[in-house]
Amino acid sequence: MTKLDAKIPEGPLAEKWTKYEASVNLVNPANKKNLDIIVVGAGAAGASAAASLAELGYNVKVYVFQDSSRRAHSIASQGGINATKNYKNDADSDYRLFYDMIKGGDFRAREANVYRAAEISNNIIDQFVAQGVPFAREYSGYLANRSFGGVQVSRTFYAQGQTGQQCTLAAYQALSRQIHAGKVEMFSRRDMLDLVVIDGKARGIITRNLITGEIERHSAHAVVLATGGFGTIYYLSTLAINSNGSAALAAYKKGAFLANPSLAQIHPTCIPVLNDYQSKLTLMSESLRNDGRVWVPKEKGDKRPANEIPEEERDYYLERKYPAFGNLVPRDVASRAAKERCDAGYGVGDTGLAVYLDFKDAIKNQGYDTIKAKYGTLFGLYLKVTGINPYEEPMRIYPASHYTMGGLWVDYNLMTTIAGLYAIGEANFSDHGANRLGASSLMQCSGDGYFILPVTIGDYLADQIKVPKISTDTPEFEKAEKAVKEKLNKLLSVKGTQTPTSFHKRLGHILWTYSGMKRNEKGLKKALKLVNELKEEFWKDVKLSGGLNELNHELEKAGRVADFFELASLIITDALNRKESCGAHFREEYQTEEGEAERDDKNYSYVAAWEYTGEMSNPKLHKEELVFEFVKPTKRSYK
Amino acid sequence: MNITLKIWRQKNKQDKGKFVTYKLDGVSTEMTFLEMLDYLNEKLIKEDADPVAFDSDCREGICGMCGLYINGRPNGPEKGVTTCQLSMSVFKDGKKITVEPWRSKAFPVIKDLVVDRSTFDKLIQVGGYISANTGAAPEANSIPIKKEDVDRAFDSGICIGCGTCVAACKNASAMLFVSAKISQLSLLPQGRVEAKERVQAMVLKMDELGFGNCTNTGACEAECPKEISLSNIARMNREFYKAKIS
Ligand SMILES: Cc1cc2nc3c(=O)[nH]c(=O)nc-3n(C[C@H](O)[C@H](O)[C@H](O)COP(=O)(O)OP(=O)(O)OC[C@H]3O[C@@H](n4cnc5c(N)ncnc54)[C@H](O)[C@@H]3O)c2cc1C
Ligand code: FES
Repeated sequence: MTKLDAKIPEGPLAEKWTKYEASVNLVNPANKKNLDIIVVGAGAAGASAAASLAELGYNVKVYVFQDSSRRAHSIASQGGINATKNYKNDADSDYRLFYDMIKGGDFRAREANVYRAAEISNNIIDQFVAQGVPFAREYSGYLANRSFGGVQVSRTFYAQGQTGQQCTLAAYQALSRQIHAGKVEMFSRRDMLDLVVIDGKARGIITRNLITGEIERHSAHAVVLATGGFGTIYYLSTLAINSNGSAALAAYKKGAFLANPSLAQIHPTCIPVLNDYQSKLTLMSESLRNDGRVWVPKEKGDKRPANEIPEEERDYYLERKYPAFGNLVPRDVASRAAKERCDAGYGVGDTGLAVYLDFKDAIKNQGYDTIKAKYGTLFGLYLKVTGINPYEEPMRIYPASHYTMGGLWVDYNLMTTIAGLYAIGEANFSDHGANRLGASSLMQCSGDGYFILPVTIGDYLADQIKVPKISTDTPEFEKAEKAVKEKLNKLLSVKGTQTPTSFHKRLGHILWTYSGMKRNEKGLKKALKLVNELKEEFWKDVKLSGGLNELNHELEKAGRVADFFELASLIITDALNRKESCGAHFREEYQTEEGEAERDDKNYSYVAAWEYTGEMSNPKLHKEELVFEFVKPTKRSYK
Repeated sequence: MNITLKIWRQKNKQDKGKFVTYKLDGVSTEMTFLEMLDYLNEKLIKEDADPVAFDSDCREGICGMCGLYINGRPNGPEKGVTTCQLSMSVFKDGKKITVEPWRSKAFPVIKDLVVDRSTFDKLIQVGGYISANTGAAPEANSIPIKKEDVDRAFDSGICIGCGTCVAACKNASAMLFVSAKISQLSLLPQGRVEAKERVQAMVLKMDELGFGNCTNTGACEAECPKEISLSNIARMNREFYKAKIS
């Protein structure tokens, strides 16, 4: 049995990474050119990793399912990226960011990883600026900052509402440069469908060429998964519609543990569901809560237009309930509060499933031009989707699935429980505990890719320099390829009556209802049953068109939905196991009198890492006990 | 509402392709254009017909993966939107809508409405970057940059690489795409160092990849969903001549 060893270096928190870097095994430059690394995914995490590894001299192969690596979902991130520059002189520091993330994550993240993420945050900003990211600046010419939810300092760097686009393009360009230099081979329109493990080590992947349908084998000395999050499992989410969990699931089934799969973030400020045809939900960046005030009418079912409701008849419920943080409480708290008000009958709009986010006061105090400069892109986006002009009327918002804190379990080296298999960016679980703070994902993704993985992977590869090129002509590749083909053929042969999308919608509905912002044992058990039934129905009645050897989006979708069923069961199993409330995981049985999440540190201060044990048996739970050496877990309060 | 769709169908690169007409009932004005195509596809699958292949991912106008020729215009009749942001409310009940892929030699059709835009990646690969290796960067605030310059660099940097400019241009020129990147980087002090090599390499590559010339008709700017300005092309031309004479 694999024992979970997080391999955290000894010593004081602030010295761990420096000491690690000083003592880590290195691969000498001449040997690097004999080592191949596969990177799956080219978002903020994958592109920065691939470029940096290539700059070091490794041979890198990159795989993405889009037509270009520039289109990874990271391109859509909006509000910003954190760093501890303390340019505002507001007493920010590595320790403060570390503490904010540990607390924001409700004391369910690993101290050493989080501190390292904070510690290297400044290097990331330096790197991006050098690569040409046009972060917002003051008239002085120096970089500007804003604040984000869950914190009391201004440490967020931003490029209007398109920070992710600018950072992702910088990483994409660095990657493009390495492609030109011949150090990276790029494989676009490829779906990774399986991982190949030889003698306990990750040695390659099986992909499907999405244009020709060909099933291909690719080998390397190490494999890096930078495949992002799977919040799309809820069907409607703020993610790009093709984001998925298939790579993570493939790794899980080959022996990588999946950690805290039920810890999923539901983001409070999204455009509400408008109709049945909707294919995705649009995020309105959290940065809007800096100046926007959240409210609902004091009177239940008040149907008057927002602007006709006088000031004294409005309930600014976040300011009322959380005076210290007000509209800037963390996401989990804000989402639950919105749900609570709507469930109690105070919601607005046709469905009653929305609350107002109002800029009236901000425009009055700061002026139209200032607000336009800060949020122009977002206001425009909102107007396009809803037809409502937020300069004149408050926005309507509601929570939506947004981010997966859980993911592949990794140690301090970002290595999974399979030797030579790494997981970086949103695909791993390590830094955000039970709730992620705004602007900390881009930071973690690019930190993993630019600065951490290129160091830690050397520690493993130093051992591999004598290993010649890995052949793809082995029984392990053969077997994996065969399994992939069987699964695809099976999907095509069902020839039922319902489309993959219709199944995805129903699955999403089950998860949203029973395993969303509020959960309880009865509901979760019911959900598990419903998911299993739906999965059975899927394999009996799914209907695809087209064949294997052509561009076939329906086949791609069907494969992803099939995998979502398995992930969904794991999510629910994890949510059932965690008999406490923490961060985004709110079990109704475990709440304080005021309705806040009640943690159980005595029994659940651990990372739940699940091991696959076979098709017919239950996953096995492994616990990584969380040791809080440097902070004392306290009751998380934003009052 | 009810609409009639005339859609370009092409099995693969080799296939000659043709228009096929579909009648579609029950379309809601609340749908986006792509949700309408989703709706059509769900229907086609149920009828054992082949769904229409088209690309999309973010569905909020930022990844640049969608992009269709709708009634003879890239991304349809609305200004400043990508295809995924186009709403069905702009179409009238009973009307016919013609849907085609981008048509350009540099963007061959792969299937139906899906095209190969990898030539855009190739353009970036020859110089659309600042060669700053990981780890080599100075402190971010060590070079103050005029707000005005950064704001202009941002305005050029928001290109999403969708290919509308090429599709809109009668010469299939990639000038707007290339000039946006060149402008962004050359407006920033850290990008000046390689400005000359960058512009030369990218302009040369444009010709090599089969993109056409710019004859200043301005269709690219008019149709660009991000409303990227034609002034980028002027800036690129200045950079190019500067590089030539220096
Ligand atoms: C709307 C929105 C706004 C956000 N705003 C912010 C923000 O302001 N600040 C912030 O810090 N965070 C933000 N986030 C979160 C952040 O954007 C993501 O967590 C982050 O971008 C994830 O990056 P990544 O590199 O891990 O993965 P992604 O960017 O999701 O990239 C995944 C990559 O993996 C590839 N891939 C996946 N599966 C496969 C497979 N099976 N085969 C081949 N390739 C595969 C894809 O092609 C892609 O290249 C936002 C998220 C959303 C949804
Ligand atoms: S799908 Fe991303 S821009 Fe349209």
